[in-house]
Amino acid sequence: MTAQDTTIYFDHASTTPCDQRVVDAMLPYFTSIYGNSSSRNHAYGWEAENGVDTARSQVADLLGAQPKEIIFTSGATESNNIAIKGAARMYAKAPSGSENRGHIITAVHEHKAVIDPCRRLEREGFDVTFLEPGSDGIITSEMVKDALRDDTILVSIMWANNELGTINEIPCIGKICKEHGAVFHTDATQWVGKLPTDVEADNIDLLSLSAHKMYGPKGVGALYVRRRRPRVRLEAIQDGGGHERGFRSGTLNVSSIVGLGAACAIAKQEMEAEGERLRGLRDKLENELMSRLEVVEVNGHREHRLPHMTNISFGFVEGESLMMGIKNIACSSGSACTSASLEPSYVLKALGVGDELAHSSLRLSLGRNTTEAEVDEAIEGIAAAVEHLRAMSPLFDLWKEGVDISKIEWQSH
Amino acid sequence: MAYSEKVIEHYQKPQNVGSFGASSDVKERSDIGVGIVGAPECGDVMQLQIKVDEAGKIEDAKFKCFGCGSAIASSSLATEWIKGRTVDEALAIKNTEIVEELALPPVKIHCSVLAEDSIRTAINDWKKKNGHEVEDDHHHH
Ligand SMILES: Cc1ncc(COP(=O)(O)O)c(C=O)c1O
Ligand code: FES
Repeated sequence: MTAQDTTIYFDHASTTPCDQRVVDAMLPYFTSIYGNSSSRNHAYGWEAENGVDTARSQVADLLGAQPKEIIFTSGATESNNIAIKGAARMYAKAPSGSENRGHIITAVHEHKAVIDPCRRLEREGFDVTFLEPGSDGIITSEMVKDALRDDTILVSIMWANNELGTINEIPCIGKICKEHGAVFHTDATQWVGKLPTDVEADNIDLLSLSAHKMYGPKGVGALYVRRRRPRVRLEAIQDGGGHERGFRSGTLNVSSIVGLGAACAIAKQEMEAEGERLRGLRDKLENELMSRLEVVEVNGHREHRLPHMTNISFGFVEGESLMMGIKNIACSSGSACTSASLEPSYVLKALGVGDELAHSSLRLSLGRNTTEAEVDEAIEGIAAAVEHLRAMSPLFDLWKEGVDISKIEWQSH
Repeated sequence: MAYSEKVIEHYQKPQNVGSFGASSDVKERSDIGVGIVGAPECGDVMQLQIKVDEAGKIEDAKFKCFGCGSAIASSSLATEWIKGRTVDEALAIKNTEIVEELALPPVKIHCSVLAEDSIRTAINDWKKKNGHEVEDDHHHH
């Protein structure tokens, strides 16, 4: 028996299953069309190159970009690194080894694959502003505008947040960056394939995505690099054979790239209907839990967020014990407070969630294969686990008695 | 994290969950001792109430716990172990015995310490209410 037979998968924001149609498209590239796409001298190479070219068009098509603007990578982590380090070093105001090399704007609740490259650039003499979102989780264009300086060279703001699903004001932020002359990068890993993208209308210079968040294979992704109005240049971080216009040397992962292309083509066809269906299921899940249980809160903006996921907090139950009570639901758990085995969520902390009440939160993300029966089962399971734990929770009692828990001084050992 | 069978059992069917009344109500009752302790490592909270007869025997015990599965199991087990014992016998229970019984991994040792502390705090509370001397030694780990 595998997890699939016993456990509901509500963790699509972590990764998705590979769509069978994607697998079918990939298979020939392992054993028949196995040439190196840069081999120019024979049909094996040409056929592989054709597969890559098709995929490049499929990715570009989903983004409203030109095929030449797509760079294949190993995933969003690599795309973010190439974009952020590459742009900062290319547009630096002072040479390596000096201070005041330029200003970068990003946000505290970005993915680590953005935060950590920015931290490295700080050590290399760049100045980084980490914007704090509002309590709704959103970075607005006003926030970016207020942070812009004469020496701002790069702004990196994710499109949709991976823990909350909240959507930042991307087209407006892009516009402001364009007017200011700063390069605008967005980590669109959670967004692409869920809601429509148009890099022209949305004023994007650099965009990262990962195939495995959109029913493609793991370990492959893409970076969109604008070529016109303006042409964005990057200093490569990996040297070698000069593949992918020199931005990313290394033999192309042809089968996975073909898979990414197929996943993009499917998303383009199906994402609208799929989004509507999942929104209905997500809303049911959320509304049922909120009507059955007290002290339940949805984290992040209720409207401006992805349709298929929710981040929901339950007061007075501890995270690890909640996860133990819903073993048949695969999902992510977070809390703004610490627990011995669960990392506190820096994203929820940034929102100021749970400062006042001990709570734990679940990120539940639905997907292409999710059924209504699974949603119903999850509602029952989560509600039962929360009730079971609250019956044991001294904090829930105190809350009902009207005691302010944050004011109690606990005797500790 | 993989839990032992016994932790899962206590989690699913915790023994002696509850209280003999709200903290404010039992404060004045000399037959009841209350221990509320917190684990600084993780913010978890355990509440133990014991009902003690005139001879110093623990007649009944009730717990509530905001904490991980191991903390819930430790407190549930603690109530089982102290019921029917005298307060002095109960004070002799070591967290290491709880660790052993529940097969807790090293990161979960502090959860058992929480249970031991709640026993001592509840008994001391009862002792103070009844004019007994309170010894305040820490002897766990
Ligand atoms: C917003 C965001 N950025 C980047 C990544 C990293 O993607 P990958 O691990 O595929 O490189 C993820 C996935 O966890 C993500 O959600
Ligand atoms: S993790 Fe803190 S009591 Fe168990």
